[in-house]
Amino acid sequence: METRISNLEAAVKSAQSAGDNAWMLTSAALVLMMTGPGLALFYGGLVRRKNVLGTMMHSFVLMAVVTVLWAIIGYSLAFAEGSPFLGDLRYLFLHGVGSAPNADYGATVPHQTYMVYQLMFAIITPALISGAFAERIKFSAMLLFTVLWAFLVYFPLAHMVWGKGGFLSAFLGGKVPALDFAGGTVVHISSGVSALVCALYLGKRKGYQVEPMKPHNVVISVIGACLLWVGWFGFNAGSAVAASGLATSAFVATHFATAAAVLGWMLAEWVHNGKPSVLGAISGAVAGLVAITPASGFVQPFPALLIGFLAGLVCFFMVTAVKSKFGYDDTLDAFGVHGAGGTLGALLTGVFATSAVNDGLKDASGKVLGLGLVDGNPGQVLNQLIAVLISWGMAIVGTYIILKICDAVIGVRVSPDQEIEGLDVSMHGEEGYNFEA
Amino acid sequence: MKKIEAIIQPHKLEDVKEALKAIGVDGMTITEVRGHGRQKGHKEVYRGMEYQVDLLPKVKVEMVISDQRADEVVKTVVNSARTGKIGDGKVFVYDVAEAIRIRNDDRGEAAL
Repeated sequence: METRISNLEAAVKSAQSAGDNAWMLTSAALVLMMTGPGLALFYGGLVRRKNVLGTMMHSFVLMAVVTVLWAIIGYSLAFAEGSPFLGDLRYLFLHGVGSAPNADYGATVPHQTYMVYQLMFAIITPALISGAFAERIKFSAMLLFTVLWAFLVYFPLAHMVWGKGGFLSAFLGGKVPALDFAGGTVVHISSGVSALVCALYLGKRKGYQVEPMKPHNVVISVIGACLLWVGWFGFNAGSAVAASGLATSAFVATHFATAAAVLGWMLAEWVHNGKPSVLGAISGAVAGLVAITPASGFVQPFPALLIGFLAGLVCFFMVTAVKSKFGYDDTLDAFGVHGAGGTLGALLTGVFATSAVNDGLKDASGKVLGLGLVDGNPGQVLNQLIAVLISWGMAIVGTYIILKICDAVIGVRVSPDQEIEGLDVSMHGEEGYNFEA
Repeated sequence: MKKIEAIIQPHKLEDVKEALKAIGVDGMTITEVRGHGRQKGHKEVYRGMEYQVDLLPKVKVEMVISDQRADEVVKTVVNSARTGKIGDGKVFVYDVAEAIRIRNDDRGEAAL
């Protein structure tokens, strides 16, 4: 009898593990799809024709560069136990990261699944920054920038928010427990704010606001945005690290927020410009996806709609009014969408997070703790604000130092001649569209 | 010989082609061009960046015909390309010094 029970228990465990692992591997693939082709198409369509390949390469090459970094040392620095600010080297060369689960991160999936899932986040985050320096950065400088940025900003921040014992970790013993389900601070604030620093440091593109710089192919941007929307289900619902009810809840919140954000942006643009543009609608979708990211595993569907709608309005305001007022050339609005949307989402997470959705936070006696303001915990908004400020600070300081280093070592900006010629020919020796061929 | 060069609205190309075919003109060269005369362009807005687009897509139809048919062809083009609105385009008529058929070296109107 006891053998049969223990066999049964083992079978149940293995069945759950099979279900969870299937979802997590699918999610990992979905998140990779967000970078390539999702972001590559989204950004690629928004630049001028002479820069389409260079821009797509900014996303694509990171799928290779960050992967290698992650295997060697990145995963360890981000997710090994260590100090509250950085992991130690216990997972160097993925040592000990195998098929046995790591109970802190995902008790039912192989540790290796969690590792490769998190890798996809580390890939897309620096790829998002490329929207700010598109059409004028040297390819070699972009590579160096990204590698240094991973070490100085991404690995520490990911560790602080999601790593065991991280300073801002809500579930794994952080000093200031901040709620970030899928990366509002780690991914979107870090990339969006770094993008602003890059845009300011590199300066405007030649001819900005003088020559026409229309997107060369909004069609591929639409395709890219739709792939981002779909891939984002892996990003947010996958962050449950299980094929659970929480994953469903995050999936639903993600979808609702995105829909509302499309309408928010569209409405604002319609009123403001007289016409609702397709580029506006897809930009709204991305804004909504960004804003719901930190909140996705904590909020109910109707707050998700509200967060999304506000994100559509706020990000529209950022990329139109604010950008033109200050005159920075955030080429593809990485800051206006990811920096602003991420900040909004992180703060609103503190308002709308509820234990009705996520009962993961318990006190010593096992009683479920309330999460956000709606649960009667106004202090959470303050915690969110601290996490936001730390993320902004790390992004600003880290990015500025790295740009200085890159500028001193190789120079960050292409020559004026190369910029006029376009990055495709000057950096890569090829063209995106060869109609005569 | 005359060369007739007509800059027309792209959506009128089929009408012009049909009308020319009906009067027996069977050779022409078409180019997609951009331009403007008195017609205003339109405004495009991409994430708050406004662009005034004043060079609009047009189609240029070129054909060379005998002197005696010039008036008839011009009339046909004008009638079939007209919508009555600004932006309908223009027709220019030039004298042609010589025409040569590459295949067999025919000269003059025989080459048309």
